[in-house]
Amino acid sequence: MTTTTNVTAAQAISTTGDEGATGLAAHRSGDDSDDRRLSQLDALEAEAILVIREMAGELERPALLFSGGKDSVVMLHLATKAFWPAPIPFPVLHVDTGHNFPEVLAYRDETVERLGLRLVVASVQDYIDDGRLRERADGTRNPLQTLPLLDAINDNRFDGVFGGGRRDEEKARAKERIVSLRDEFGQWDPKNQRPELWNLFNPRHRPGEHVRVFPISNWTEVDIWRYIDREDIPLAPLYYAHEREVFRRDGMWLAVGPVSQPRDDEPVETRLVRYRTVGDMSCTGAVESPARTNAEIALEVAASTLTERGATRADDRISEAAMEDRKKEGYF
Amino acid sequence: MAATLLRLATAGSVDDGKSTLVGRLLHDTKSVLSDQLAAVERVSRDRGLTAADLALLTDGLRAEREQGITIDVAYRYFATANRSFVLADCPGHVQYTRNTVTGSSTADVVVLLVDARKGVLEQTRRHLAVTALLRVPHVVVAVNKIDLVDFSQEVYERVEAEVRAVARELGVVDATTIPVSALDGDNIAERSERTPWYAGPSLLELLEALPPSDDPAHESFRLPVQLVIRPQGAARDEAHRDYRGYAGQVASGVVRVGDEVVALPSGRRTTVVGIDLGERSLDEAFAPQSVTLRLADEIDISRGDVIAAAADAPVPTQDIEAVVCWLGDAPLRPAQRLLLKHGSRTVQTAVRSLNGALDLDNLHAVPADSLSLNDIGLVTLRLAAPLPVENYSVSRRGGSFLLIDAHDGRTVAAGMVGATLPSGAPAPTEPEGDEEWEI
Ligand SMILES: Nc1nc2c(ncn2[C@@H]2O[C@H](COP(=O)(O)OP(=O)(O)OP(=O)(O)O)[C@@H](O)[C@H]2O)c(=O)[nH]1
Ligand SMILES: [Mg+2]
Repeated sequence: MTTTTNVTAAQAISTTGDEGATGLAAHRSGDDSDDRRLSQLDALEAEAILVIREMAGELERPALLFSGGKDSVVMLHLATKAFWPAPIPFPVLHVDTGHNFPEVLAYRDETVERLGLRLVVASVQDYIDDGRLRERADGTRNPLQTLPLLDAINDNRFDGVFGGGRRDEEKARAKERIVSLRDEFGQWDPKNQRPELWNLFNPRHRPGEHVRVFPISNWTEVDIWRYIDREDIPLAPLYYAHEREVFRRDGMWLAVGPVSQPRDDEPVETRLVRYRTVGDMSCTGAVESPARTNAEIALEVAASTLTERGATRADDRISEAAMEDRKKEGYF
Repeated sequence: MAATLLRLATAGSVDDGKSTLVGRLLHDTKSVLSDQLAAVERVSRDRGLTAADLALLTDGLRAEREQGITIDVAYRYFATANRSFVLADCPGHVQYTRNTVTGSSTADVVVLLVDARKGVLEQTRRHLAVTALLRVPHVVVAVNKIDLVDFSQEVYERVEAEVRAVARELGVVDATTIPVSALDGDNIAERSERTPWYAGPSLLELLEALPPSDDPAHESFRLPVQLVIRPQGAARDEAHRDYRGYAGQVASGVVRVGDEVVALPSGRRTTVVGIDLGERSLDEAFAPQSVTLRLADEIDISRGDVIAAAADAPVPTQDIEAVVCWLGDAPLRPAQRLLLKHGSRTVQTAVRSLNGALDLDNLHAVPADSLSLNDIGLVTLRLAAPLPVENYSVSRRGGSFLLIDAHDGRTVAAGMVGATLPSGAPAPTEPEGDEEWEI
């Protein structure tokens, strides 16, 4: 089921201009030989804004996936820049596992309020309550998000969904196009992807199909942190070092919480930790870290010997192709 | 200044070692994290291999691992002290050529692999032809599996001469060749002692030394308008109620506040009065920045129009000649109707004539009455509305377009305006060998 909280709907971005008077002549200033090469972050930002604007122009009813996690926050920041000073011309969609970190949910609501966005929530809990989904034996809910996501896309007639997926996260994601077609069942066919040439993006599709759009495909985790630092983007506090009651399971530190209770042989300790990813609280691990600022985190991530998913996600350890299989079914 | 980004794509025939080379480059620059390496070692061990198969670092799909081939492009990232790299590991199999074209269309450098034992194969020619057509700025030829020919200088020189001959016929003059073993790491990150007769740089040294892209100041200013930004009543700040801006990415050149510009295809002139990047105002913007231009006059400009320097704007046209790489499953035929996307505009088009196709054996144009998947051909197109296209040799952005099947929305061709096919006549030798190459 999807619930809708309407804050503002903006009809600010038009694709037609108005007739008007012709202009005055002006002189062109002479060439200078300044170095005009974009830094890596500027090049990544320019590419992401290009993609966001192009899809806003091509698609009729896009939405942006917003979980309150760092990647979706960066994507939202880029969207804000892309349309400034007009508001973001599409709603944000959150697939709520019901296993949230309370800080992340609070951050989500604050951000939606601050930017005047319309939030659509698809709730995994509702599906479990009415029997459309069944809780898994291992209790994790990340894989259960696919059905509510696809239903929300259908019910709202979204023809494109912006996601914060990055190619450096995982080997199946490394194969993704920036604009990636999903069939009428929401499926990804990695063996038959559409060519994607130059900077020309083509999201056309048949009725019932939709596209997933990944504007920050080419960003690495370090790029994300350097950008958050440079742009001074506020994040949920659990990304920064804090003391927390945790216990050890499957080589990860899990927080003590309503959906993650230690077993008898898992002693609870208080440790200085932070989160590299935020997801289903029952299977997302914290990392021990003293990093309290964006700059410290960027350095820590650059020196890390583990990928962010390897360090923090129990559900990705199920099998070699867990992510690929989920993505084929229509996962983010 | 912060590190610049270099985009690399691999090319070459199936099994020539592209994925192994990318894996080796990542491994030897210490860019593989320990859990990724452990996963690759585990899979390699399960298959009875004695060493980690580094191709598994990019061959991440189940079907790729089952068959031991690459099906689609994998993107990987690594950085050295002064450069960041995006590596696009492309497939070699002819069936997946469209994915290889995808990977090389945005590349600054293509690394073309050739198996030292096999020399130039049909796919080597096809990929080199595509690389030349796309005008990828740099080409490196890696003569791979040099370990399997006993590190023989003679074999290397024979293959090198063979590749150079093909490259010359296709108009690629600046290709550098390197003898490598992707499997063992010879001449990949460091120079190998096993090829003492080779005095050149390792692949990594070469990549780090490639000159950066040209300064956009040498190009003409163009900006395809993606959106007209008019917040009106929805403005979050009252001060922006009357804001009107034209959003897009600077495709080429530089634009400054005060410049006179022209909107195309209308031809109306005006002056740039402001340049915004988010809430920051800039004095100038240059390619490839994504910005919003404010103009002195309220002239008619919509999404799909191009804002260009008034002094040297392109002339919109409805008739174009272009080379296309055909990527559709169904063939291209004369008189066919399609959609054409150029910049941010999509228009209808009809194929007026098919003027020839590239014969990959003899490397020259031959008559053709249709183009099949992976063929390269020369076409004349009639557009339903005039577009300010440019010659691809002058501007990669202004001269590139997609052909799209209107029925199902698929992208069926990559097009390059004004490009030509080799005539079969011996290529003229370049008087000054400075990166000029023509196909
Ligand atoms: N002896 C030797 N074997 C190599 C070398 N490079 C690659 N190979 C082997 O050649 C086979 C094919 O290597 P890949 O890296 O998968 O080839 P590829 O070019 O990526 O193949 P596709 O992507 O399917 O076109 C594998 O068995 C590699 O181990 C080399 O330098 N020496
Ligand atoms: Mg491969």
